[in-house]
Amino acid sequence: MKPAPFAYHRPGSLAEAFDLLDRYGSDGRILAGGQSLVPVLNMRLATPTALIDINRLPGLDGIGLGPEGLVIGALCRHAAVEGSPLVARHAPLLAQAMPHVGHLAIRTRGTVGGSIALADPAAELPACLVALDATVRASRRGGARDIPAARFFRGIYTTALEPGEVVTAAVIPPIAPGWRSRFDELVRRAGDYALVGLAAHGRVADGALAELRLVFTGVGPTPMRAAGAEAALAGRRPDPQALAAAGRALDADLDPPGDVHASAALRRHLARVLLARVLTRMTEN
Amino acid sequence: MDLTVEIALTVNGAAVRRRVEPRQNLVDFLRQELELTGSHVGCEHGACGACTVRMDGSLVRGCLVLAVQADGARVETIEGVTATGEIADLQDAFARENAVQCGFCASGMLLTSHEILRRNPRAGETEIREGLSGNYCRCTGYHAIVEAVRKVGAARPGGQS
Repeated sequence: MKPAPFAYHRPGSLAEAFDLLDRYGSDGRILAGGQSLVPVLNMRLATPTALIDINRLPGLDGIGLGPEGLVIGALCRHAAVEGSPLVARHAPLLAQAMPHVGHLAIRTRGTVGGSIALADPAAELPACLVALDATVRASRRGGARDIPAARFFRGIYTTALEPGEVVTAAVIPPIAPGWRSRFDELVRRAGDYALVGLAAHGRVADGALAELRLVFTGVGPTPMRAAGAEAALAGRRPDPQALAAAGRALDADLDPPGDVHASAALRRHLARVLLARVLTRMTEN
Repeated sequence: MDLTVEIALTVNGAAVRRRVEPRQNLVDFLRQELELTGSHVGCEHGACGACTVRMDGSLVRGCLVLAVQADGARVETIEGVTATGEIADLQDAFARENAVQCGFCASGMLLTSHEILRRNPRAGETEIREGLSGNYCRCTGYHAIVEAVRKVGAARPGGQS
């Protein structure tokens, strides 16, 4: 299908974007990479009065290192994050996750800010941000605030953003020596939505895990932290006994949906498989 | 109310200026306004890859970019890269290997294959299949396409012999 008619605005500054958001309210939608919004427009599942295209706002497409950590601008394309030496060095979890986001022709357009603001329950980036204890920076007229990723994702396509706010960056805190991370996911075909994905981040000493954060994607309404499995693995190497205990704990941590792609039981099984695979690789020398 | 917007862009090296409706996708603009019908419209939601074109040197889905967003951009289609000869070896290989049947997916397959090999001249079957996973072909079963791309990769400079 073709989208219903809408007006198009291309603000040149955040201030102009705020004006447009005020003017249109919930009838205006922000257009960033458009890789999720435009399909929804094409299918007329959304019929906004106006699109506010923020792609040419200056200063939002950089990746920089500061005292607060790695700052990734909201308009960075997934492909830019994937190829960034700074990301590879200071947030390797993201570098590992990016190739799993859609297909190449999607990653050249899709943006970090768009993925964050959309909060798709099967997306890779939100789970990584929670695992990395990152914050989401949002601006509104007259100010900005940093929202911990762990509190930002509230439900399916639901975030802590308030009307008039625009995501401007993700901030990943510095990673101390000895910490490692690993991302992987299971799909039927490369580029599809994950049946199950896992972002793992923690301290590894002599092969044993500490301060582990396990965040699953595709198995719940938001990035799902697996606190029980984390506790079962604390201070242990991911040997078969520890992984079996963590796998049992996962059953209580996760309540995955069943759908046409995979039953809930299959997702539970795959989550265990993925947990073992990711932690084994994470602790390898 | 007139919602149209004037855009100016370069398509296959030629300057183009038009008024467009904001809701018009880039691929529809190319096909309907410029009569460049080599890019195809399949699923219209970014799944099938038939509408793949290049914008400012990057592969994009023509159904997921609005024409108005291409204002100021450099767009290249299958017609453009055919004229320059940039992918002549891939086109020859697709014909030789029987990698084209109905042809609906071919322009997207060719542009995507070219990008796979540009990024990784040594791409093997696994990399090629992963790279093409967002381009659907309902005729060939993919084997002939993968084989054509693999052979071209091996023959290009830097490829795996």
